[in-house]
Amino acid sequence: MKYTGAQLVVRLLEQQGITTVAGIPGGAALPLYDALAERGTIRHVLARHEQGAGFIAQGMARATGKAAVCIASSGPGATNLVTAIADAKLDSIPLVCITGQVPLSMIGTDAFQEVDTYGISIPVTKHNYLVRNVADLLQVIPEAFRLAESGRPGPVWIDIPKDVQMASIEIDTLPQPGRPDAAPAVDMDELRRAAELINAAKSPVLYLGGGIVTAGASAQAVMLAEQAGLPTTMTLMALGTMPSDHPLSLGMLGMHGARFTNYILEESDLLIVLGARFDDRAIGKAEQFCPNAAIVHVDIDAAELGKIKRPHVGIHGDVSQVLERLLPLIQVQLRKPWLTRVSELRSRHPLLMPGLENPRSHYGLIDAVASALDPKHADDAIITTDVGQHQMWVAQAYPFTRPRQCLTSGGLGTMGFGMPAALGAAIAEPDRTVICFSGDGSFMMNIQELATMADENANVKIILMNNQSLGMVHQQQDMFYKRRLFAVDYQRRSDFVRIAQGFGIEACDLDTAEDPRAMLADALNHHGPCLIHCSIDVEAKVLPIVPPGASNIEMIGG
Amino acid sequence: MNMRESQFNPEQFSKAVLELTVRNHPGVMSHVSGLFARRAFNVEGILCMPVGDGAQSIIWLLVREDERLPQMVSQVAKLEDVLSVARHGADHRVFERLEAFFA
Ligand SMILES: Cc1ncc(C[n+]2csc(CCOP(=O)(O)OP(=O)(O)O)c2C)c(N)n1
Ligand SMILES: [Mg+2]
Repeated sequence: MKYTGAQLVVRLLEQQGITTVAGIPGGAALPLYDALAERGTIRHVLARHEQGAGFIAQGMARATGKAAVCIASSGPGATNLVTAIADAKLDSIPLVCITGQVPLSMIGTDAFQEVDTYGISIPVTKHNYLVRNVADLLQVIPEAFRLAESGRPGPVWIDIPKDVQMASIEIDTLPQPGRPDAAPAVDMDELRRAAELINAAKSPVLYLGGGIVTAGASAQAVMLAEQAGLPTTMTLMALGTMPSDHPLSLGMLGMHGARFTNYILEESDLLIVLGARFDDRAIGKAEQFCPNAAIVHVDIDAAELGKIKRPHVGIHGDVSQVLERLLPLIQVQLRKPWLTRVSELRSRHPLLMPGLENPRSHYGLIDAVASALDPKHADDAIITTDVGQHQMWVAQAYPFTRPRQCLTSGGLGTMGFGMPAALGAAIAEPDRTVICFSGDGSFMMNIQELATMADENANVKIILMNNQSLGMVHQQQDMFYKRRLFAVDYQRRSDFVRIAQGFGIEACDLDTAEDPRAMLADALNHHGPCLIHCSIDVEAKVLPIVPPGASNIEMIGG
Repeated sequence: MNMRESQFNPEQFSKAVLELTVRNHPGVMSHVSGLFARRAFNVEGILCMPVGDGAQSIIWLLVREDERLPQMVSQVAKLEDVLSVARHGADHRVFERLEAFFA
C-alpha cells in the first residue's frame, strides 16, 4: 500500500483506537487535516483556541485513562498548546499531541509560523519528536502512545513538517499499535519490609496520590486500609479513590486540608505513601512533615523515591501489582487505640463549612449540586473544576465516591482547565453528566470553548461561582499582604448568563431564582449544556490555610 | 556555564563524572542539558562523541558532587533517549586528559 505521511498518521491513530481528536487546523497541518477528511473515520472536535483543544483532550484522557490526541498547526498553534501540555505533564496525563511544522528545508530560516516546537516542548513533555522522515512515522506514532501510557503517564509531542506529511511511502503492513510496557518487577524483600512496618506500626496513616487512579488500584487501596485499620488521606489528585463517606477517610491533606487531617498526620508513626509525590501543597514544609513517621513509599517513577522525603522502604513498581502482593502479608488489625484517637481529633477539629444550608453560598452551593443530582446517577457524574477558591471548596466539600470522578488541574493549577476538560470528559463518556465548577476569573480564560460545547451539545453543566474577583489571590492579599487588595477585583460585572446564551448555551441565574434548589435540579437533570450562575461573597475564605512556607500544623482558621 | 569556574581545576570541588549512553540525534543534547539547567545544576564539562555505527553516542559530563546529584542521575535516567547512565568517581580521567586543550 502507498500512503502519504498524513494518511499514515491517520491509519496509525485508528489502530491505536483513536475515534475522536481535538484541534485547530492551519497551513502546516493541512495535509494531515486533508487525510482526516478523506478517511472520515476520526471525529474532529474543532476547538476555538488550541489551549482549549489541549484541555478537551485532557478531559478525554482523564475520564478514561487512555491517551487522547490533540492537533495544531505550527507556530502560534503549537505555542497555544503549551500550557495544556505542561498541565498534562505535571498531572501525569497521557496525551499525544501532533503539530504541523514548516517544511524541513525551511526549518531554521525563521519561516512564516516557524517556532522551535521541538525545543519548546522538551521541558513540558514526557518525550517529543521532530519527524524528519516519513518512514520514521511507522515507529514514532506507536512509540508515542506506548510512552504516553507506560509507567508514569505523560504527554508526548510529535512535530511533523509539512513535507513529511506529504511525502509518500510504500509499505505492506502497518506496524502494531503501541501498548504500555509491563511494569517493573516488585522487589519482594522490600515488600516484606513494608509489610513488617505496617504490621508493627502503632499510628499509621495511608496517603494516596494520583498514581492510585492511574494504576486503577483504588479498590485494593481501600482493602489495605480496611485490613490494616489505616486512616486514609488523599491528595487533590486522588480524591474519590476512597469514598468520602468511608469511615477511614480523612479527606484531603495539606494546605487546605481539614485541621484534624493534618493533626492526625502529625501524630503518625508510619506513612504509607502510594502513588504520591510529596507535593509542597500537600506536605507543607517538608522537613517538618510527619516528624515522627517512618515512610513506606511506592511509586512507578523511581526518581520520586527520595526526591523530597527519604523513605525507609522505597518500592519501585506499579501500585496495583504491589498491593496485590502486599495484601496477603498484612495482618488484620482493629487498631482500637489509634482509631479512637483519630475520631477524637476528628470531632475536636472538624472541617467547618459555614453556610452549608444556603445553596447560594460557597459550600452550600457545592452541597446543593451534589444533592440535586438524581441519586441513581450521582456516582456516575464527573466533576471538573477550574483553579482558585472554588476548586478548593469543591475539593473539601464535594462527596466524591469513585476514582476519575474528580478532574482538576493539580500540579500546574491552570485557570481555564475546567470547562474544556469537562467538554472532553463529556465527549468521551456521553452517558455521564459532567459538572464543571468554575470561577469568574478561570472561566474567562477559555470562555471561547462555550462555542465548541454548543457545537457538541455536550452534557456539561457549568456552575459559575462568581465572586467578581480572582478570589484566591484576593484571599492571599487579604491574609498575607495586609489586605492591600490590588489587581484582583474586577471592576465591571460581566453578564455571564447573556454571554452563555450568546454562544447558544442555556443559562440560568441562582441569584434571582425563587427556588434555587429547584432551578439546580432542573438544570442538572436534563441533557445538554447549561450554565448556572451564582454570586459568591468575595470575602469568603478557603480555610483552614497553611501559610506559605509553614508546616502543615501551623494552619490558620477553620 | 560560569566562565571562571570552567577553567578545570580538580582541587576546586569534589566532582563526579557521568557517562551517558544516548541515542545519537540532534535533540538529545538539549534534553540532557535542559534537565541540569532547570535545576540550576552547573555542568563543568561536557564531551560527546558517537560510538559504534553512529546510532549511539556517549556523553561525558563533569559535575559537582553534591546532595542533589542522585536525583539528577535519576532524572537523566528517565529520559527516553538516554539508554544508560553510569556514575564514576573523581578518579576518572576522561576530562583530565583534555586539560591540555584548555590551558
Ligand atoms: C493561568 C493562571 N494564571 C494565574 C493563576 C494564579 N491564580 C490562582 S487562583 C487565581 C484566581 C482564580 O480566580 P477565579 O477563577 O475567579 O476563582 P476564585 O478564586 O475566585 O474562586 C489566580 C489568578 C493561575 N493559577 N493560573
Ligand atoms: Mg472568582
